[in-house]
Amino acid sequence: MLNRLLSGDYPRSKLLAAILLAVLLGLALAPFLFPGVKALNVAAKVLVFVVLVASFDLLLGYTGIVSFAHTMFFGIGAYGISVATTRMGPTWSALLVGVGGALLLSLLLSLAVGLFSLRVRAIFFAMITLAVAAAFQTLASQLSDITGGEDGLTFKVPEVLSPSFEPFDDPFLGVAIDGRLICYYLLFVTAVVLVLALLRIVNSPFGRVLQAIRENEFRAEAIGYRVVVYRTTSSVLSALFATLAGCMLALWLRYNGPDTSLSFEIMMDCLLIVVIGGMGTIYGSAIGAVLFLVAQSYLQDLLRLGSEAATSLPWLAALLSPDRWLLWLGVLFVLSVYYFPTGVVGRLRAAAAHRPG
Amino acid sequence: MTASDFDWKPLALVPLLALITLPLVGSPSTWLTLTVAGLAMGMIIFIIASGLTLVFGLMDVLNFGHGVFIALGAFVATSVLGAMGDWTGSDQLWRNMVAVLPAMLVAMAVAGAVGLAFERFIVRPVYGQHLKQILITMGGMIIGEELIKVIWGPQQIPLPLPGGMRGSLLLGDAAIEKYRLVAVAVGLVVFGVLAWTLSRTKVGLLIRAGVQDREMVESLGYRIRRLFVAVFVVGSALAGLGGVMWGLYQQSVVPQMGAQVNVLIFIVIIIGGLGSTGGALIGALLVGLMANYTGFLAPKVALFSNIALMVAILLWRPQGVYPVTNR
Repeated sequence: MLNRLLSGDYPRSKLLAAILLAVLLGLALAPFLFPGVKALNVAAKVLVFVVLVASFDLLLGYTGIVSFAHTMFFGIGAYGISVATTRMGPTWSALLVGVGGALLLSLLLSLAVGLFSLRVRAIFFAMITLAVAAAFQTLASQLSDITGGEDGLTFKVPEVLSPSFEPFDDPFLGVAIDGRLICYYLLFVTAVVLVLALLRIVNSPFGRVLQAIRENEFRAEAIGYRVVVYRTTSSVLSALFATLAGCMLALWLRYNGPDTSLSFEIMMDCLLIVVIGGMGTIYGSAIGAVLFLVAQSYLQDLLRLGSEAATSLPWLAALLSPDRWLLWLGVLFVLSVYYFPTGVVGRLRAAAAHRPG
Repeated sequence: MTASDFDWKPLALVPLLALITLPLVGSPSTWLTLTVAGLAMGMIIFIIASGLTLVFGLMDVLNFGHGVFIALGAFVATSVLGAMGDWTGSDQLWRNMVAVLPAMLVAMAVAGAVGLAFERFIVRPVYGQHLKQILITMGGMIIGEELIKVIWGPQQIPLPLPGGMRGSLLLGDAAIEKYRLVAVAVGLVVFGVLAWTLSRTKVGLLIRAGVQDREMVESLGYRIRRLFVAVFVVGSALAGLGGVMWGLYQQSVVPQMGAQVNVLIFIVIIIGGLGSTGGALIGALLVGLMANYTGFLAPKVALFSNIALMVAILLWRPQGVYPVTNR
C-alpha cells in the first residue's frame, strides 16, 4: 500500500522520513496545533508552495530545464479562479470553469513555448522564458477589464469555503469549524494528491527518461528517445501542476493580483526552495517550502530583534533591518549552492547511505 | 576576416527596419525623432549588453547577476553627481562634462572592482556548470540588490540630467534631444574601442584564441585565467557605465533597475548570437528602434514587440545573427 502510494520512492533516510512525517502531521493538524490566523496562513501557503515547487522540480531537478516562466502558469491558475468567480459568481461551477480554463490555457501556452524554444540551447530557453514571463506579467496588469489591472481582483468563493460558513455551534477540540478550515483541508488533500501524483510521474519509466536527458542529452537521443518530445511533455506537465497550485492560492486568498501570483520574486522563491530542499527530489520541495516560508514569515521578527540590539552600530543595524531579510536568504542561497549542492534531502540521503545498515 | 566574406545581411536589418516604418509613421520629422531616440536607446542597451556578451561568449559564464552592476553604476553616479552640484547645475556643456565624466569613471571603477569580487566569490567555484551558474549568479544579484538598498536606501533616487545636456536641437521640424546624441556618441566610442581591441591588438588576439582553444594558448605560456578575469572586470565596468547612461536617460534610479533591464539585454544578446560584439550592437539597435516605433504606433503591443523580434530572428537564424562558431 505504502509502496504504491509513494511509487516506491522512499525517503531512504530515517531522519528524512521522520522529518517528512513531522511535516505531514504538522500540516494535517495545523489548525489545531498552531492557533492563530498568521500560523494558518503560513501553513496554507506552505501547501501551495509544496505543489508549485514540486512541479518546478519536475522541470529543473528531473529534466534539467531552467525555466523562468513557471510563475506564469501559477498566475494563470490564480487568475483562472479569480476571473471565473468574479464573472460567474461564487459557485462551484465557476470554480470548475476557472480551473478548466486555466489548465487549457496553460496547456496551449506551455506547448507553444516548449515546442518553439526547447529546440534551442538551454541558455536560450532560460532567457526566452524570462522574457515571456515578463511580457505576460505586463499583459496581466494591462488587461484591467479582465484581470483588474494592478489592483487585482477580490472575489467570493462558494459558501462552504468562506469564513462566514459555520455549520456547528460548538468548537471542536477548541477550534471553531468554519469555511476557512474546510478550505484549508481542501488545499491539504489537493496538495497531498498532487505531490503523490508527481512522485508517480518521476518514478515512472517516463521520469527515468527525463533523468537520462538531464544527465546526458546526447546519449538519450542516441538510445532512441525523442528528446524534444520528452522535454516538451515534461514542461507541459509541470505547467499544469503549477496552474493547479495557482488555483489553490487564489482559493485560499480570495484575492489575486499581478504581485500575488506573477511577480518575479515568486520565481526566485521557487528557485531558492528547490535548491535548499534538494533538486531532483520531490520530497525536497516539501522540506524546502516549510523551511523557506517559516523563515520568510518569522525571520523578519528575528531580524528586528537583532537590529534593535545593534542600534549602536548603524551599519550593522541597517544590515539586520527586517526589510533586509532577503539579503540573508540570498547569502544562504549562495552558500547552499556552494557547499550544499544536493540540498537538505540530498545531504540526509548521502549521510544515510554511508552509514552501515 | 576580409571585407568580401563579411556577413552584411544582419547589418542591413537596421536601416531596413527604419525604412519600413517610415510610411507607417507618416510624418518624416516624427520619424526622425523616433529614429534618433531608438538609436540612442539602442546604444545605451548596447553598452550594457556588450559586457555581458563578452562574458557569455568568451568565458562561457551565464551571468544572471549582470543587472547588479548596472544598478551599482547608476547609484554611484547619483552620489558623485550629487557631490558636484555646482558643476551639474551649470548650463555650460563643458562644465557638465567635467561632472559627468568623473561620475562615469568612478561608476566604472566601482562596478569593475565589485565585478572582480563577484568573479572570485560567486562565479569562480562554478565554472563549467551552467545550471549552478544561473542559480548562484541569481543569488549574487539578490545580495547585490539588497546591499544597494542598505547603502542608498530602497527608494527611487532622482538623477537629473546636467543643465547643458537638457533640451533638444531642432533639425527641420524634428526635435532631437541633446542627451540622445551624447548617448549615441558614447555608444559608438565603446563599440569602436571594443572592436578595435578584439580584432587589432595582441590582447584581443589572445582573448579570441583563448576562446577557440584555451589549452593551446596556455601551453604557449599565456595565462588565460587572468585574461578572462580581466574580461569579466571590463564587462562589469561597461555595465556600470551603461547604468550611468541608463539612469540619466530615465532621470531616476531604483535598486531593481538591474533586474528590469535584464530582460532587455538578454533579448539583445540572444539576437546578437551570444558572444558577438557586433551582433550585440545590431540586436541593441533593433530593440531600441522597435521599442520606439511600436511605442508610437501601437503602445499596447510595444512590450511584445521585442519578444516578437527575437522570435522572428531566431526563426531566421536559430543561433542569433552572428553565431559564435565554436559552440
